[in-house]
Amino acid sequence: MTSRLMKSFTVAAFSIFSIFISLPSYAQGGHGENGGEKKEGFNAQKIIFGHILDGHEFHFFDIINKDGSHTPIGIPLPVILYSPQKGFDVFMSSKFHHGEHDHDGYRLLTEESVEKLKAEGVDVKKEGLHSGQIVPVGTDGKIDKAVSVYDFSLTRNVVQMILALTLLVWIMISIANKYKKGLGVKTAPTGMQNLMEPIIAFVRDEVAKPNLGNRWEKYLPYLLTVFFFILINNIFGLIPGTANVTGNIAFTVVLGLISLVVIVASSRKYYWGHIFNPPGMPIGIKLILVPVEILSFFIRPMALIIRLFANMVAGHIIIICLISLIFIFANLNEYAGWGTSIFSIAFTIFIYFIEILVAFIQAFIFSMLTAVFIGQAFEEPHHDDAHAAH
Amino acid sequence: MDFFLLETVGSIANAGGAIGAGLAAMGAGIGVGQIGKGAVEAIARQPEALNDIRSNMILTAALVEGAALFAIIVGFLAMVL
Repeated sequence: MTSRLMKSFTVAAFSIFSIFISLPSYAQGGHGENGGEKKEGFNAQKIIFGHILDGHEFHFFDIINKDGSHTPIGIPLPVILYSPQKGFDVFMSSKFHHGEHDHDGYRLLTEESVEKLKAEGVDVKKEGLHSGQIVPVGTDGKIDKAVSVYDFSLTRNVVQMILALTLLVWIMISIANKYKKGLGVKTAPTGMQNLMEPIIAFVRDEVAKPNLGNRWEKYLPYLLTVFFFILINNIFGLIPGTANVTGNIAFTVVLGLISLVVIVASSRKYYWGHIFNPPGMPIGIKLILVPVEILSFFIRPMALIIRLFANMVAGHIIIICLISLIFIFANLNEYAGWGTSIFSIAFTIFIYFIEILVAFIQAFIFSMLTAVFIGQAFEEPHHDDAHAAH
Repeated sequence: MDFFLLETVGSIANAGGAIGAGLAAMGAGIGVGQIGKGAVEAIARQPEALNDIRSNMILTAALVEGAALFAIIVGFLAMVL
């Protein structure tokens, strides 16, 4: 009985929903004939890339004025430019007024100005111009190619990373001082120690000890640093309105290269012998195996880099897409927007919890795989099972 | 005509990226499903080895997922470039 009631209710709800979707097609048709002003549609792609990429300000939301213009609300960040011709130049990004004004002969490119340049016949792709970039402009209002400019600005990724790092260092130093005084060593841990001790013990017992044998103590500081640095940046990125630091390829490339340096620095002769001259192999197989081993040497840190980058970017895109769905439907019809928002927000909350899990898992995976690769690098040959294994 | 051709090429690239991402997700789904199946069976046989199995499961699942994410990035690039 209940299921039948539920079924008829679903059918009724769906029919009403479809009516609301199908209605505006008539309404809009009439509107178009009257020649009303063209309403600017919701551009999901712009919103997504505006969040994923780096920027010169923290942008929270826009206020739509009565005349239809947008007033962006956000926190401006310092812009630091160096040009061999003009010297250093430091000012706040609010001086650009979101790309509407030039300042000191510099211009902040926006989506609109890049489109305008395209229309003027400038090969945007070839000259490497993109929105969010700062370019020098001459007195005639065109891009001055004679002036080269280096952008050392504190972008939102940098600012957020510094904030996260400050918090992390503060937490870690405060609990380290407690342990130095003897608090929590023999007695129960207090305060922040309760939060951090299980995680530190987890990294030690699950990541360092099983993979690094008797040398785990030497590598534990590096593994803990990587783990907590990725973790706190992942979690900071989940706060609405903040930047997407771990989803920035430059950030993950640097972490991956540091891991590669640690792997190479801890390698022994046997590791390189394994790559360039695999023991106990006929020459024909060596010809195939050596290139594969050399490739895998580079692919391992590359996989670390791409995994962290793609996971965080994908998570952020999914959340913004779900929220964007509301506005895409609201563009069709206001009530469809309200209806979608219920499902969309419920699903977003679900994905949000998964993202919190992913923040931990990615930090764990990065430090775990680094530990596995370091362990392989300083492995000594086991004479008893070496022939059986190869 | 040129404009029309350009539009078609763009939409084909979009379709290719989307189909590629979908295929990668399918492959990763099968892979992660196999890992989960193996882990659950192993835990059913040996509940005392739960912690070892779980951490190995997460690690292997992340490796499979990494391959899928490579494909998704490539699909994404096919759409954007």
